[in-house]
Amino acid sequence: MDFGSINPAVLIASLMVAAVPIMLAALGELIVEKSGVLNLGVEGMMIIGAIAGFITAVNTGSPVIGFIGGAAAGAALSLVFAFLTQFLLTNQVATGLALTLFGLGLSSLAGQGYNGIKPPPTGAVPFGPLADIPFFGRVLFAHDWMVYFSILMVAVTWYVLKSTRLGLIIRAVGENHEAAHSLGYKVTRIRIGCIMFGGAMAGMGGAYISLVRVPQWVDGITSGAGWIALAIVVFASWRPWRVLIGAYLFGGITVLQLNLQAAGSAIPVEYLSMAPYLVTILVLVIMSSGRGKASLNAPASLGQNFHASH
Amino acid sequence: MTETAPTLLSIEGVTKAYPGVVANNNVSFSIREGEVHALLGENGAGKSTLVKMIYGLVKPDKGRMTLRGKAFAPAIPREARASGVAMVFQHFSLFEALNVAENVALGMENPPPMRELAARIRAVSEEYGLPLDPARMVGDLSAGERQRVEIIRCLLQDPKLLIMDEPTSVLTPQEVEILFRTLRQLSAEGTAILYISHKLEEIRSLCDEATILRRGEVVATCTPREKTARELAEMMVGATLTPPERHPGEKGEVVLGVTDLSAASPIAFGTSLKNVSFTVARGEVLGIAGVAGNGQDELLLALSGELKAAPDRVRINGHAAGDFGPSERRKAGLVAAPEDRYGHAAAPDMTLVENAFLTGALRRKLVTNGFIDWPATRGFADEVIATYDVRTPGNHVAARALSGGNLQKFLIGRELDQSPEVIVINPPTWGVDAAAAAAIRQAILNRTAEGAGVVVISQDLDELLEIADMFAVLNEGRLSKPRPVKGLTIDEIGLMMGGAHGMEVAHHAEA
Amino acid sequence: MLRLEKRPNPSQFWQYGTPVVAVLLTMIVGGILFAMLGKDPFAVIRTIFWDPIFGEFAFYLRGQLLVKAGPLILIAIGLALGFRAGIWNIGAEGQYIMGAVIGASVGLAAYPTESRLIFPVMVIAGAFGGWVWAMIPAILKTRFNTNEILVSLMLVYVAETILAKAATGFLRNPEGAGFPGSRNFSSYKAASNPELIAGSGLHWGGVAALVTAVLVYILLQRHILGFQIKLAGQAPRAARFHGVNPTRLVVFCMGLSGALAGLAGLFEVTGPAGQISIDFNSGYGFTAIIVAFLGRLNPIGIVFAGLLMALTYVGGEMAATNLGLPSAAIQVFQGMLLFFLLGVDVLSNYRIRMFMGAK
Repeated sequence: MDFGSINPAVLIASLMVAAVPIMLAALGELIVEKSGVLNLGVEGMMIIGAIAGFITAVNTGSPVIGFIGGAAAGAALSLVFAFLTQFLLTNQVATGLALTLFGLGLSSLAGQGYNGIKPPPTGAVPFGPLADIPFFGRVLFAHDWMVYFSILMVAVTWYVLKSTRLGLIIRAVGENHEAAHSLGYKVTRIRIGCIMFGGAMAGMGGAYISLVRVPQWVDGITSGAGWIALAIVVFASWRPWRVLIGAYLFGGITVLQLNLQAAGSAIPVEYLSMAPYLVTILVLVIMSSGRGKASLNAPASLGQNFHASH
Repeated sequence: MTETAPTLLSIEGVTKAYPGVVANNNVSFSIREGEVHALLGENGAGKSTLVKMIYGLVKPDKGRMTLRGKAFAPAIPREARASGVAMVFQHFSLFEALNVAENVALGMENPPPMRELAARIRAVSEEYGLPLDPARMVGDLSAGERQRVEIIRCLLQDPKLLIMDEPTSVLTPQEVEILFRTLRQLSAEGTAILYISHKLEEIRSLCDEATILRRGEVVATCTPREKTARELAEMMVGATLTPPERHPGEKGEVVLGVTDLSAASPIAFGTSLKNVSFTVARGEVLGIAGVAGNGQDELLLALSGELKAAPDRVRINGHAAGDFGPSERRKAGLVAAPEDRYGHAAAPDMTLVENAFLTGALRRKLVTNGFIDWPATRGFADEVIATYDVRTPGNHVAARALSGGNLQKFLIGRELDQSPEVIVINPPTWGVDAAAAAAIRQAILNRTAEGAGVVVISQDLDELLEIADMFAVLNEGRLSKPRPVKGLTIDEIGLMMGGAHGMEVAHHAEA
Repeated sequence: MLRLEKRPNPSQFWQYGTPVVAVLLTMIVGGILFAMLGKDPFAVIRTIFWDPIFGEFAFYLRGQLLVKAGPLILIAIGLALGFRAGIWNIGAEGQYIMGAVIGASVGLAAYPTESRLIFPVMVIAGAFGGWVWAMIPAILKTRFNTNEILVSLMLVYVAETILAKAATGFLRNPEGAGFPGSRNFSSYKAASNPELIAGSGLHWGGVAALVTAVLVYILLQRHILGFQIKLAGQAPRAARFHGVNPTRLVVFCMGLSGALAGLAGLFEVTGPAGQISIDFNSGYGFTAIIVAFLGRLNPIGIVFAGLLMALTYVGGEMAATNLGLPSAAIQVFQGMLLFFLLGVDVLSNYRIRMFMGAK
């Protein structure tokens, strides 16, 4: 194998870009799960965000509005999930799957006529001379604003969960919804808020794929990124900073396998492209077999519906 | 004194109905400032609904409440708390994966920053003799310590009225003494306490006034010190109760032997079993007491076969059965009735027929070549319904449609009607009305007289002393050496139960 | 205000009523969607739901119904068993692919031998392929407590790359002039799965689907294993108390659903599809999830649900060619159907009550 042709600075820089979509989506899902809800529709919300973001960005010419549009579309779709699971008490696993199947169909319907168009570019943040520092300039100071935004969101999520009253209430609702209810907290309302946040983050992550990563619209563009985001939440054992590590790890594998393909590696292309999925499985196995601390971190009411009987 | 103190809360004509049941009908009573007022009644008499209305969790259909002369109608608990009403729940409203300070903060309107809150928790807990470490995870605390978290959460808000729902059911006798001292101190400082219980002696020793509820209605108001426990009981139940009859049979050979059984708990924040040993003979009832969360659930799992051990740790009828699963143990003659009726002992959404099959399949031979004999299963369900007086429209209804007491009669009957040789029950009459409880105890004793060996795990000491021959206590997963019930004093039982948990300081001060 | 109130007993009426209501709601909202796309909603709905059965080309399309319904039913029945037990195999698409690839490999390895044994052996190999692929998440779940949803789904992507490799590499037709795709089974009699009754669309896959439906129905109604599956899904702790071994149940449910999906793949590749090609899989494994719920996780219900879903495929293609309806619209339509099914299901366990702000 020829690793020599791969520049480490470029590799690190591009893995940071590759990690953005799954990092945003995983952070959103982390909050959703912390509140005790399992939304398996991340893939569906991401792809809806991808097409909605693409359409808004192309039509307004502004990538920023595109990202907002992606977030809004993801949140809107998550509202369907929220209504079904929180008011009609549907099974969360099945409803999440429905969200993904529906999202894939709707995105491909909405995306007709948008194939082969280039979206307005999302440029790098001008850091001036900082960007010229050898190695670090390329790694740290040559990215678009979404890369920094995603890291900022990790910090925000961490701070909110750990040190604010809102975070405490979210954790309490996810830990024991009956007790939270008897203390007078609006379990349903808090969960809907978290679900919508998760939808917005997934939508924004999806928009990043169609606006920056690829950048164009193709049917099924997310190709499992939403599912990998779900796996990263488990990998991170519901801790925001570990989401960052997980996302960079998977970003790294994706970029490395692409680079190996480009460098003409001896391993057949098909087997290289399986790598992210196989690594996901491997990581899930390692994380879930350590039954002890990691699983204690899982919210105790995860996936259970709440119905206030009186 | 309290005789002359102004009225704090008065309730007039409050009514609340749920589909099919009137929980409270035209209930009126009042509480003076600093008074300890008992709300006495059986399970299902409407006590919980009433206090939920005072705490803003439930809205009354009719009637009005006044707090210090002003109309009082809290729509949510926050409004009740703002008016000075605080509540300690029977099933704690605590979060196991959060620490003490976080749990306290969740129950406050405007909690101070965490560090300040921790300091206040320490201060208040010392003032009232309830030691507590704010940084500890609630999941690691004993039941008594958890109750302290709830009480301190209330005290930090300077309540005018403190509601306590069955507070002593999770405490050892020594812990009860300490709690009572705290409550008397509060009462002396002017805080009124609404004390919900069905334990008569406690009410006689603690409370100034008592309101007695039966089937949602106030049947009497009295000063409990002036009544005997028997008079209070008859007001509460509305009938004269007969204690269960015993036909002391011959103790036979040992049918269940447990030797040095240790098992890790499969439950999050559970208690592991440590070197548990005991034997049960034919015709004998072993009562196992202990405060909730000391390994009762784990012991049941280890006996029912849901938690396996080395073969020789558990012997049923002389056969090594430690590595048997639930089906094999049933085959060997052991039946079990777990505590949680809705989800463990029964599948709530399945019919009574299916639930009869759930444990009766083997011993009642309801399966041939893997195929289920539904007519025979229906017959078995009908037999249990008839024999144990289960009130149900038929065998086709879902288990969740039955009241707690009726379902318990069905579930206990299901086990007793399989001609078992060993019966394990945890706990037999929790949440069951007095008449049904008496029927269940009688059925257990009848089965014992016919030669079964019985293990009853319960937190109700009175119940255990009534039906058990031998008595042991589970404490932090260890079982004390079983002793004959005859001649045991309540103080000895208290010490067997481990005294007061985490209260060494207070305990010594007392001694 | 509306409020939900739990019924003491599940409603018998709504047990059967909810799928009908959900289909009607989907037609109404789907009609609005079609209208927004500039199509006449009534014409579209008629083309999808009426024409394939009673229209001009019904003689041909009716057969197509069975062709599409067969694999959907076969996969959905397996999934439904797992869903009932609370075991979420959502990677049926991958098991379907692996069944087809392994079954086809066995058949092609024997080429051009003609023997009556070849097709049965291929069927077994196909079931085995799906079974193996489902055993991966099953064993990881029982051994390491790994989430079966994520693992089975990840394996779909892996199976897709294996399929691509098969079509372009190890199974490529050596006489295919370098084009991707395997030999066509229709020209290899011993390994092909032809229509059994001309024009009916019924091939061995359809037969297998109907037989499976009956067997699984009996399993669920009469056999203790069926009881244990239902119990484990509804009340897992009660199931352990009854004596269910969770590991064996996971292995059984995952294995059976994988084998059935593998069978569906094998019957498809040797019959209607004819050959292994890069995009031979058409999402049946995912649509079968909708079919399972539409049939209320009941094998007999799934037979009807599979036929209805096949109708949306066949009719959807008609609508695409005749009315220019985008094929993605049908996918949206199917997704919507699942939403409505799940939502309306609340009626069987809860009553909806109106109340005027009490007090």
